[in-house]
Amino acid sequence: MAEAPAPPSRVTYDFVTRAVARTLGNPGKGYYALLGGAVGLLAIGIVCLLLLLRYGLGLAGYSHPVYWAVYITCFVFWVGIAHSGTLISAILFLFRSGWRTAVYRTAEAMTVFAVMTAGLFPLIHIGRQWYLYWLIPYPNERGLWPNFKSPLIWDEFAIGTYFTVSSVFLIMGLIPDIAAVRDVATGWRKKLYAITAVGWRGTNEQWRHYTRGYLYLAALATPLVLSVHSVVSWDFAMAIVPGWHATIFAPYFVAGAIYSGVAMVITLLVPIRKLFRLEELITGHHFENLAKLCLLTGMIVAYAYCVEYFTAWFGGNPNERAAFWYRAFGPFWWASWTMIICNAFLPQLLWFKTIRTNILALFVISIFVNIGMWFERFVIIVVSLAGEPFTTWTNATYNATWADWGIMAGSFGWFFMWFLLFVKNFPAVSISEVKEVLPPPRRASRAVHA
Amino acid sequence: MRLPDPLATLRAIFHPPPTPGVLGVFGQLDAAVDTVRRLRAGGHHDFTVYSPIPRHELEDVLDQPVSPVRMFTLIGGAAGCAIGAWLTLYMSYDWPIVVGGKPIGSIPPYVVIMFEMTVLFGALSTILGIAFNAVFAARRLGTVLYDPRFTNDKFGIFVPCAPDRAGQVETLLRQAGAEEVRRA
Repeated sequence: MAEAPAPPSRVTYDFVTRAVARTLGNPGKGYYALLGGAVGLLAIGIVCLLLLLRYGLGLAGYSHPVYWAVYITCFVFWVGIAHSGTLISAILFLFRSGWRTAVYRTAEAMTVFAVMTAGLFPLIHIGRQWYLYWLIPYPNERGLWPNFKSPLIWDEFAIGTYFTVSSVFLIMGLIPDIAAVRDVATGWRKKLYAITAVGWRGTNEQWRHYTRGYLYLAALATPLVLSVHSVVSWDFAMAIVPGWHATIFAPYFVAGAIYSGVAMVITLLVPIRKLFRLEELITGHHFENLAKLCLLTGMIVAYAYCVEYFTAWFGGNPNERAAFWYRAFGPFWWASWTMIICNAFLPQLLWFKTIRTNILALFVISIFVNIGMWFERFVIIVVSLAGEPFTTWTNATYNATWADWGIMAGSFGWFFMWFLLFVKNFPAVSISEVKEVLPPPRRASRAVHA
Repeated sequence: MRLPDPLATLRAIFHPPPTPGVLGVFGQLDAAVDTVRRLRAGGHHDFTVYSPIPRHELEDVLDQPVSPVRMFTLIGGAAGCAIGAWLTLYMSYDWPIVVGGKPIGSIPPYVVIMFEMTVLFGALSTILGIAFNAVFAARRLGTVLYDPRFTNDKFGIFVPCAPDRAGQVETLLRQAGAEEVRRA
């Protein structure tokens, strides 16, 4: 992807600091409206969750053999959303990709909050939430330990590690920027930033250790991001359910995760940029590169869909064939075709430069990709289970209930609430890294080059 | 005999006296780089350079050794891998149950846990390494002159020196292109 064209001369070091510091002022009506909406959704989710705790999982729409349904769909959806953040902040960092600097903070914050959201769903799903500590390897009176041969335990370790590492990565990146806003802030914010900047002054000693450490964090986060969704995919692929038991699952899930994550970054950046008037820092160039990333991963996902159906047919296993026939033409045909149209067909529009550079069109496409990716997980999980051809419940159907939809809505509220609180209180664009891709101030007599 | 005042000791720890020296504020990167070169040629080595962003020009002219943070990462990662192996193998043999007809201690599935623990411990020890080196082990922390513009668009160089040599350093900084020079 091409590097950013030379920014207008108005964008200087001082301009970047001021533009980002300005986003931290008192919020306007638009911000409160969005935050109110998010908290409202969260309230719905909390009420549904309390009822679920009181009356049990019977309130959710489980019916044999579909015992993994909307909650696990949401879990995989949110873990997937979390993936592009680390891709943009760690992998593109190692590739020295300059355009990432303006968008990576948003993506990284999105990662942390999406993992926080995802982590709730296994706990909701287990039913007796007060026994959640059984998942943790701790010495207990019966001498029992977790089964480390189970992909569910691998997942616990993978998600726990991912949450910890992406959080410290976000916090590390924030420190020099918090110091920059500390030095221009006033009032209570100055005190908050003075504490959270942990004494950062940008000395040569600090940068020496910081840049090294950041490089190693990126190097550790890169294989981690690829491993996490592979492990999530093994939650399914290690089982023998037709539609799950496929070797393509790990790369298929990783590509899908990055795809949905990049779409979510676009969905979040468009309103943030407008609300905070960051048009000069987050330009059409950044959106175009995000669109290209979306197109690339979308093509991988479309390829994976083709391979799945092809393998089911060419493999000759009648159960596998029946499962995929059920998927495309069974009672859940609408979910499968929503997934295929939103994920494989619609993004093909991104081949056209006029669409890639049209922010509104990108925003609409990104929302469709989000919907499509939610349905992808629904199709893989629910439809594969409902269509298990060797059970006697072949005609069993599944209907999600208000408890499923309410908790799912609550998860969106929970995610957007944290995200909105973050962008209003901490720099949503990396000040120091945006400056790094600007030409530094030099004496007039010297040639200017970055 | 007078007993030492504990409050005075605490004050000395949390509010150490300022380091005497000269601070130069630079608007241009190349002026700051030039100054560092001149200072090093003049025998100064323990000065502090402030910059809003890390720049290779400064890194090159300062010629500092590679940060020891990498040893923290390596040791943390290796320890994490070992802990992952110990956790899975010890717990499997402590309550041996055959699962899926596989050996009690099956290495292939445990590699996943070992990998995750490598990354977890590697990342956490990297953070510790940065904190230890950049925050706790910084010399003269909080005692050298600072200017809030250094996180915005100015570069700064603080040269610690005895008051009788301050004039000489001031001249050097001004000649090299400092916009402002202050004494501590």
